[in-house]
Order: sequence, then structure tokens, then C-alpha cells
Amino acid sequence: MTSQDAVTAQNVVKSFGQGKVAVRALDDVSLSIRKGEFFTLLGPSGCGKTTLLRLIAGFEMPSGGTILLDGQDVTTLPPNRRPVNTVFQSYALFPHLTVRENVGFALKMQGRDRAEVEDRTNRMLALVKMEELADRATAQLSGGQQQRVALARALAPQPKVLLLDEPLSALDLKLRKEMQVELKRLQKETGITFVFVTHDQEEALTMSDRIGVMSAGRLQQVATPREIYTAPINRFVAGFIGETNFLPVTKGADGARLGCGAEVTALGEGPVLTVRPEQVGVVATDQPGAIAATVDTLIYFGTDMHVHLRLSDGAALVARLPLPPGGDPGIAAGDGVGVAFAPGAARLIGD
Amino acid sequence: MAERRFSVAGLPGFATIALGVFVCLYLPIVTLVVYSFNGGPSIAVWQGFSLHWYTEAWGNRAVQDATLRSLIVAAWASAIATTLATMAALGTTRRAAFRGQTFIYVMINQPLMVPEIVTAVALLIFFASIKVATGYQGLGYLVAAHSAFCIPFAYLPIRARLEGMDMTLETAAADLYATPWQTFRHVTLPLLAPGIAAGAMLAFVISLDDVIITEFVKSGGQDTLPTYMLGQLRRAVTPEVNAISTALLALTVLLLTAFFLLTRKRN
Repeated sequence: MTSQDAVTAQNVVKSFGQGKVAVRALDDVSLSIRKGEFFTLLGPSGCGKTTLLRLIAGFEMPSGGTILLDGQDVTTLPPNRRPVNTVFQSYALFPHLTVRENVGFALKMQGRDRAEVEDRTNRMLALVKMEELADRATAQLSGGQQQRVALARALAPQPKVLLLDEPLSALDLKLRKEMQVELKRLQKETGITFVFVTHDQEEALTMSDRIGVMSAGRLQQVATPREIYTAPINRFVAGFIGETNFLPVTKGADGARLGCGAEVTALGEGPVLTVRPEQVGVVATDQPGAIAATVDTLIYFGTDMHVHLRLSDGAALVARLPLPPGGDPGIAAGDGVGVAFAPGAARLIGD
Repeated sequence: MAERRFSVAGLPGFATIALGVFVCLYLPIVTLVVYSFNGGPSIAVWQGFSLHWYTEAWGNRAVQDATLRSLIVAAWASAIATTLATMAALGTTRRAAFRGQTFIYVMINQPLMVPEIVTAVALLIFFASIKVATGYQGLGYLVAAHSAFCIPFAYLPIRARLEGMDMTLETAAADLYATPWQTFRHVTLPLLAPGIAAGAMLAFVISLDDVIITEFVKSGGQDTLPTYMLGQLRRAVTPEVNAISTALLALTVLLLTAFFLLTRKRN
């Protein structure tokens, strides 16, 4: 914990229910989110990411552990006394208020004077490009517009941290892509720390400075999108983000020994070797270091193809290859081929 | 080809039964209203159109007193019942589910289930001892009794409204720096207002209409409009009672229409 951290969670535990039916939604989670960072909590539904967000916002109290905002212990503070605002999955706009009144709500509750409320509200409306619809009722807005109002409303009081609970999940694909760009822009312009919750790995990879991958109430790995993708720490992270191959290995003389007997060099340590399909090359059988394999099937999709391979011990492996010019792959099902991993691409991980 | 669905309306005799029911329901009321405009003193023989019985009732000091008393009791009772019902509705819906929730619902709705005559006798005995002990004889007993049996009528529409309101809105208000009181004042209350108004109107109508409990609880000279009419019917029946009934009916229909407009689902 340093003064550079906007949010710190220390050994946070959250259980719901009591006795035998108690469920541990969060199991000893420790995490530091840096100031000005776009941080994403990524995981499947039920992994505890939304619970962690609600604990930071103050909607729930942890069963154990401490939460700090900007170095201040806020573990027991109610939400209205935390310098944190939330964009809800359902937007939760106040239906009895206009767009302008929604955006100005927090400032009014803080007792800011009228001129300041009006000025800041106008600037927020301009920031999300909603000036023209300022006096509409929120029910008259489209999903994307409601999303913008929810953002402006949460940003208006200039929170230290903005929490976003799957805010894009209700939008269609095109709008979602637009809003991803928009969110990145807003984060840069305001300099506010964003904590974004999603189950969409692509969304997480494209938007985040750092990602925290969660599963079963635990934080599995915290790293940059690139690291998460290229150097996943365990089987869950590797499997949840992108496509990958898993091969069981044993310790060889100088590297990892595959089930078929071939030895490969791989970084890390553990009983499982993982390598991304695009890092698997199909080469001539006599190339030094090539692993013998048989082509099972070829699946084409536009510019690339997936080559499903089988090693001599029966282990399955997928390679993703660009289609050569002319479109003839040069291999066919049943061919015996060689397989080579790109240097540094194969990693050993825990199961 | 159109899909053939089962429809009750297609069963033989449906139209006949429906018509018969409507006649039974509305013919007596229509007769009552028609004879309130009778020129003569009979409630069975038509002697020409006249507003005579309305002016008669309007000028009757006893009717004036009873009407005023009815309105005062209904106003107080509906205000008190609605306030209590709002608090009860907030207490039973704006929180996590709790042990004994169903039991609490039943307790709040008790006046709907206990036979009215039982409540009336109980209150008669209970209030009698208080009257003896304190010497107070005023309208307070009627207001208290009416407030009590109006609570479930006010509670049900308010609770229905609250159950349809997303609790995330209150969470959002707290997130946006509203204190619990500000959240109630600026979010919960404005959104709940139609439910509260509907509950108040229903309570008002129920209070205005009550005979049994009022008859048992009132002290001497505390007739409300319905108990006054009941007293009149024991003596000579004139179309004056028809005129008063029609006026009461008009007021009730007005309030209930407002109630339905308020509780109607938006879009």
C-alpha cells in the first residue's frame, strides 16, 4: 500500500448466509488499484467480482478484512460518505427526474450552491454529449443515451474512483464497441480511477490498463492484458482468456517432456504446458526439434484456419495458421506433419 | 386459419348469466337514484321529477352535522391510517426478507379478517372503560377506531407500489451522497406518492362508509352520515334517504375512480 493506490483491499472476506448454508463470495482477496488506472475485474458470473465492487462502494460490509480508499480506511463507512460513485448495470436512473436533475443529483445532495450545480451539470452533459436532451425524462431515452446519463451522473461529483458494474452488457454489439471507446476517452479526460467489472474477456483486454482475473471468490492473477494473455499463471486464467492448448507434461532431462516423449523448452513451472494456437507452427517432419503429429481436421474461417492435430500419444493440439496466398493450405486431413512452438511461447502452469 | 382457443365467453348461457348478474348488481342502485328525484313523498310511486329531496336534505341540520362529522372522522382516520400504513409498508418491503414476514403481513391485515361485529363489540367494551376512567367523550374514539380498520386498506396499495420499485434506486441515491433521510425525501417518497395517494383515498372511502363499528363506538349525538341514515330508516322512509345515498354514492365513485387512475400501471 502506497499513496499511489486509489483502492486497497486487504484480506477481504465476504460470506452470505450463516452456518452450513453460508457461501463464501470472496475468499481472502488482497488487491491494490493504482491512481488513474483503468482496472478491470474479470471473471465468470458468480466469481465474486460484483461483490468486491459492492464492498468498495459500501453497499455491503465485508465479513473480514479492510478496504482503503486513497489510504483512508473506509471499511465501515456508509456509501454516501465514500468518495466513490457507481454506474449500475441497470443504470438506476431516477425515473421522476429529468436528465439534468439526474446528473446534478449528487451535487445537490452535497449541498453545493446552485450556480456550481448548474455549471458542473452542464459540463458533464457536454462531456457525454447529452446537452440537447438535458430536459427529457429518462424513460424517453434509448439504452445508449441512458448509459451516458448514468456515466455523467456518476462523474459529476468528481469521485476518486468510478465503479462500473457490467455497464455495457445491456447494449447491442455495435453500441458496445462505441461505448468502449467512449469510456476509454472519458477515463483519459477525467483522469479518474476506473474499476470496471465484466465477464467479457475481449472487453477487458481492449480497455484495461490492468486486469484482475477472478474465479470462485479468489483473485487468480493481476497483470496487464498482455501479461495475462501471454503469461497466464494457471489453467483457469489461460482457459478463460482467449483460446489455448493444454498438454500434460512431466519433468524431462532438459525441459518438459510431453506425453509422446518429445522434450520442449518452456518457461515457468508446473504439470501443464499451455501454448496459444497462433504460437503453434506446422512444419516439415524432418525439421530439428519438430514434434510428430497427424492432421485431424481443418476448419476455415476467413483469413485464418484452425488445424486440429493429434500427437503420437493421442493428445489433441490446435494450431491457428494464416491462409497462404491462393488459399491452398498445402496440408490435408490425415497428413503426418511436424509441430513447433514459437520461441518463448510455451509456458508451464499450475493445474 | 385462426387458432381456436378455449374461451369462457363461448360457453352456453354466458351472456344470460352475465346480464342477470349485472341487473342484480345495478338495478337496486338505479332505482334508488331514480327515486331520489321523485316529486312525491313515496319511495315506490313515481310522482314527477324534482330536486325537492336534495334541497330538503341539504337544509336539514341533522344531515349537515352528520356529513361534517363523517368528513372530519374520514379525514383524520385516513391521514393517520395512511401514515402508519406507509411506515409499515416501508418496514416490510425496504429490507432483506426476514423471519416471520408472512406473520407480520397477516397481523397488519387483521381488520380484513376479524368479523367487523367482533371488533365493534370489543371496541365498545374497551372504549367504555376508557370513557369511565378519563371522562373524555369526543370524536377521538371514532377517529381511533376508523384509523385502525383503515390501515390494511391504505397498506395494500402502498406495499404494491413499493414492491414494484427497484431498490437499486435507493442504493444509487446513497452512492450519490444522499443521507438516508435525503434518499427517502428525494427518491423513495416522490416515487411512492401515487401509492400513498391511492391508499389515502381508499381509506377515506372505507371510513366514510362504515356503519357497524361507528354505531357501536359513537357516543350520544355523534351520528355520522351512514348511522344517521340507519336511524332514519327505522322511522318514516322518505326519498330524503335516497338523495343522501345518491350524494354519498357520487362522492365514493369519484374517489374510487381517482384511486384506480392512480394505481393503474403506467404503459
